[in-house]
Amino acid sequence: MITASLNSYLVVSALLFVFGFIGVLLRKNTLVIFMCLELMLLASTLALVAFSRFNATLDGNVFVFFILTIAAAEVAVGLAIIVALFRKRHTVQVEELNHLKN
Amino acid sequence: MADTLFIVFSVLTLACAALVVVNKNAVNAAMFLLLALVGMAGLFVLLEAPLLAFVLILVYAGAVVALFLFIVMLLDTKGTTAKLNKLTVAASGIGGLLLFLGVSLIARRSHLSAPVTGVAMPTFKNYAEQLFTVYLLPVQVVGFLLLISMIGVIVLSKKFKTEEETK
Repeated sequence: MITASLNSYLVVSALLFVFGFIGVLLRKNTLVIFMCLELMLLASTLALVAFSRFNATLDGNVFVFFILTIAAAEVAVGLAIIVALFRKRHTVQVEELNHLKN
Repeated sequence: MADTLFIVFSVLTLACAALVVVNKNAVNAAMFLLLALVGMAGLFVLLEAPLLAFVLILVYAGAVVALFLFIVMLLDTKGTTAKLNKLTVAASGIGGLLLFLGVSLIARRSHLSAPVTGVAMPTFKNYAEQLFTVYLLPVQVVGFLLLISMIGVIVLSKKFKTEEETK
């Protein structure tokens, strides 16, 4: 039984996305930026599931399966890149990773 | 009843997400990400998708957050107190506000569909039917993508010796 409206789910999803967005812009640690990216992905996932339930289809839910798979693969590759970067530069702070600038 | 649960889970998710953003320590941020995921799984259960809640807990809380914690502890980064650029703060505040305003305006003004009642909760069988008929090709592609990412991670984390070192 569903009592909360689709609008409230969408507002929660939007707020979650905004938190992730602000985190990506404000934080300096690459790992935390990556976590905030995950938050944004989760927000879009919530919107998909809500739309799918309120329209009584299964397509959105199946799509969320794929999103979760892609997110897992993305995290694995991204963290491997961060580790490789740390080996070379000995830092994960974004303001020190400016070797392409000059 | 479900309304109370919705409020509880959404507040849990949003508060933990905010704490992920403002926390100085990366380990604590990962822990709050875990809590936010639990709230999210609760919201999925309220949306009658318990299987997705399972998968979310298994894949995200089980694998992704564990991987994050592992890397955070492996790299052992010091929490630097770099000063925030004022322009960045203002830009992110305005950007976030605009994003939220846009979505909430759309959500309030448009006539969104009311929940369709009398639909059976999707079971494993429904999911399997979809995945093996309509979405068969995407399933194959995603499997191949996982293989590619596995090979990519191995290549990225392997130390290749240069010519002089092997001699």
